[in-house]
Amino acid sequence: MTQPRIRTPLGKIEGLGSARAGTHHFWALRVSSVALIPLSIWFVASALAYVGAEQGAVAAYFAEPINAVLMFLFIVACAYHTSLGLQTIIEDYFHQESLKITLLILNRFACWIVATVAGYALIRMAFGVH
Amino acid sequence: MSDIPNSPGPSGRPYGRPLSPHLQIYRWPITMIASITHRATGIALAAGYVLLAWWLIATALGPDAYDVFARLSGNIIGEIVLFGFLWSLSYHLLNGIRHLVWDIGYGFRVPTAQLTAALVFVFSLLLAAGVFAVGLMVKAGLSV
Repeated sequence: MTQPRIRTPLGKIEGLGSARAGTHHFWALRVSSVALIPLSIWFVASALAYVGAEQGAVAAYFAEPINAVLMFLFIVACAYHTSLGLQTIIEDYFHQESLKITLLILNRFACWIVATVAGYALIRMAFGVH
Repeated sequence: MSDIPNSPGPSGRPYGRPLSPHLQIYRWPITMIASITHRATGIALAAGYVLLAWWLIATALGPDAYDVFARLSGNIIGEIVLFGFLWSLSYHLLNGIRHLVWDIGYGFRVPTAQLTAALVFVFSLLLAAGVFAVGLMVKAGLSV
């Protein structure tokens, strides 16, 4: 090591790097992906049982407490995982700073708007508002 | 030197610097195709998430809105989109598990990584086709 050490001992033990976020993005992507394994299997199995069904049957399915809760978890985990994944792609391929930041903000907005629309629909069905 | 292919044009960077040969130079290894496909299916699933929200809000709003969704998703284009969504989900799920196994520290040997990439392609297609076939059977059973 001929170079002088620039990194401080405090910086080293904090482990947060220059962006002050450390491994949070990496870890959040993994945790949400683990949650999505059982949730996505449950969702596909549920949707499969209601292919070609009437509106009332599907609405009644999501009015069941266990289904409403699982679907809510699925919607939130999807939004979180999607926003983190698309963020990685934007950071990798868009290098012009203003465009990149604009897309990063739009990505967050879009993911949570879609999640809120889906969550609102789910709450209506869960509480039987028709 | 400005006629060298891949030289970085009139940017701030110097001419003639070699770029690392990548996408258009190498024959694509299967692990690279698997990685690119993971990203592509991720983007497809983001679009699928919007369709999921549409399905939920249509169901919540009542029979009229639901029938519009059912009619559009029931025709041939809708079924192609649904199959694409199913395969994207199958692929992203199986390859995501492959990534998680890597994160734990296993499967990094080159022959292993190549084998698991091929397995993910094969089983994601089988899984998507199987689920789609069950869906068609459920639909046929209900309409009879």
